[in-house]
Amino acid sequence: MSSTIEMAPKKIQTKDKATSLSGSQAVLEAFLAEGVDTIFGYPGGAIMPIYDALYDYQERLNHILVRHEQGGIHAAQGYARTSGRTGVVFATSGPGATNLVTGLADAMIDSTPLVCITGQVFAHLLGTDAFQETDVINITTPVTKWNYQVTDATEIPSVLAKAFYIAKSGRPGPVLIDITKNAQIQKFDYEGYEKCNHIRSYRPKPIVRKEYVEQAAKMINEAERPFVIFGQGVILGKAETEFLKFIEKAGIPTAWTILGESAIPTDHPLAVGMLGMHGNYGPNVLTNECDVLIAIGMRFDDRVTGRLDKYARQAKVIHLDIDPAEIDKNVKSAVPVWGDCKETLPLLTELIAPKVYPQWLQKFREYQQQEEETCINPELNPTSDEMTMGEVIRTLNELTGGDAVIVTDVGQHQMVACRYAKFTQSKSNVTSGGLGTMGFALPAAVGAKFGAPSRTVVAIIGDGGFQMTLQELGTIMQFDVDVKILILNNQFLGMVRQWQQLFHDKRYSFVNITSPDFVQVAKGYRIEGNSISERDKLKAAVKTMLDHKGAYLLEVMVGKENNVFPMVPQGCSVAEIRLK
Amino acid sequence: MSKQEFTVTVYTENQIGLLNRIAIIFSRRKINIESLNTSPSEVEGIHRFTIVINEVEEVVKKLARQIEKQVEVLKAYYNTNEEIVWQELAMYKVPTDEIAEKVKVERLLREYGARAVVIRKDYTIFETTGQREETDKLISVLEPYGLIEFVRSARVAIIKASSGFHEKLKEFEQTEPGEEVIENEFLDKQDEVFTM
Repeated sequence: MSSTIEMAPKKIQTKDKATSLSGSQAVLEAFLAEGVDTIFGYPGGAIMPIYDALYDYQERLNHILVRHEQGGIHAAQGYARTSGRTGVVFATSGPGATNLVTGLADAMIDSTPLVCITGQVFAHLLGTDAFQETDVINITTPVTKWNYQVTDATEIPSVLAKAFYIAKSGRPGPVLIDITKNAQIQKFDYEGYEKCNHIRSYRPKPIVRKEYVEQAAKMINEAERPFVIFGQGVILGKAETEFLKFIEKAGIPTAWTILGESAIPTDHPLAVGMLGMHGNYGPNVLTNECDVLIAIGMRFDDRVTGRLDKYARQAKVIHLDIDPAEIDKNVKSAVPVWGDCKETLPLLTELIAPKVYPQWLQKFREYQQQEEETCINPELNPTSDEMTMGEVIRTLNELTGGDAVIVTDVGQHQMVACRYAKFTQSKSNVTSGGLGTMGFALPAAVGAKFGAPSRTVVAIIGDGGFQMTLQELGTIMQFDVDVKILILNNQFLGMVRQWQQLFHDKRYSFVNITSPDFVQVAKGYRIEGNSISERDKLKAAVKTMLDHKGAYLLEVMVGKENNVFPMVPQGCSVAEIRLK
Repeated sequence: MSKQEFTVTVYTENQIGLLNRIAIIFSRRKINIESLNTSPSEVEGIHRFTIVINEVEEVVKKLARQIEKQVEVLKAYYNTNEEIVWQELAMYKVPTDEIAEKVKVERLLREYGARAVVIRKDYTIFETTGQREETDKLISVLEPYGLIEFVRSARVAIIKASSGFHEKLKEFEQTEPGEEVIENEFLDKQDEVFTM
């Protein structure tokens, strides 16, 4: 929200004889010291001094002007998720800051490191309902790992150092720093920037308890049907190599959560697929048959566990997590292994015996076969003329070789993409997992491209989600962001329609969504595009999209009333997963 | 497992907004706070919260972990009533005439461990400390004589088994090196992305 209407301050608090730096310059100096290269943001009245300072830093800090603050923060999330670094966002006070809330909640639940800077009214106006004033600190408290309001410029270097340290360390998360306008303008004696690496009251990593690692190893060595399930903790901990060494020595079948996906190649011999509501058949059913369940960097979300009182009751659970609050939160563990999995996994690998479980792994393959016959084959080789989402993803896999970053929105296309996409490298699956934020993909894809410029970035979006943040086509246009936009259009809010069909007697209440001519919309933003509805044009159309230099929008019309299966209906056990 | 009274003790940095962060942990789970006391601890710059709730232990354990997860929280403990020594302060305002005429004040003070804080012509204020049922008893005694006002503080509690926080604090003071931020591998390839 941009506005230049501003009441003149009665008195700007400044330090006597201070000359060296303004608060705004100190913010940008902190960014440089932290190695920030890209900022996503939108200016407005209360953050204008920072934008004024940015004018002189353009050579060193790239600012991407988004079209809405929600787009800005999702872009920063996409950037963080593909680069493994901290995303940075600017927004002004009031509506600018409140527009960040959805992204903050998304980043909080998906543990994405962000530092958001919001402008705030002059300190003397705080609490007066001043123009564009909102209590940003209290609004964002539940959706930030940490937040802080700066009213004096001298605090800025140390507060920003803390912000970056907190956002990135331990279990990462979003941090918001609200800076009053007087603090942005205020000059002070700048004494340099010192990175933060310790906060007295903050323990990012719990101390690894060796006895628990030993107990876990013993349990794994004695197991007959062990099963590994892992989440994004492996990626956030940069422990992909350590994780592979562990499962390969242990020889244990391994499944991922939606956010853990891509941490290991999808075609790894021990990979048995995705867990959860729309995950694969075998890993869901066999969760309730394993004798030892080893959960690594995952938090037993209800979309993964289904009904908790019927979840893996027979199994001894070993839970490896950096966040002590996750241990026993949803599922009681027999052995908790607190710590960063980059540290704990090698300790565990050292103590386990090399093994293979051919018969046990075979059980997963048998279930996989059933899923192939009932779900996968009809999805990938449909007999009707209508295209399925699955065959679009398969075509994409064929043409990218699994090397692309895939950014998905939320809904049926998301589940299909995560089910069928092939990945060869980590940090390739960017999606809104915990919050399920429609409108996430388009801006997140913009950020993903800045986070991984040398990689192909494909945003897969439904017709509903695309219309929530399509204004970011403007950002793509202005900054020539090379993202491929693949809209899977089923003319419905598909996932809600699926639930209405299955659980609400097909009472399709307000899920029939009319869309504009997306290709024409893209053209309005000077983005090339195409729309297809026939199968025989699919491969060529996807190839044209991928080969195109620069952004490209491809709309694929898919079956209107197709469903995503398998599915664990809400309130059911994972073993009650339905194939149709 | 049934609900019972638990006292949660939290050591924190003295930081604006932290009260809200801690309160949210209870309110988002729709857990009512029966009593909350926050004040400086014996260690400079560190505050101590004492929070009383009725819950099952399993939930309280999770709450303590969520509280401890907050950046500015040093430590959170939870205890049953058997594991702590606790007190509340109560003050009673009564008309001086009534009380002087009709009550054997001396006996009242002795029996209930109360003491007079203020004696004026129009009213007298007594105070006492104790557990809920003890301070409640004095209300019932004074009520017939025209209790004007009553106030009770939040609970303060000392954990019987704790060895104090000083030792623990030393651990927290230790400087630990933080993880290095891995530099962006694409930092020198900006020309490939940016056009501005």
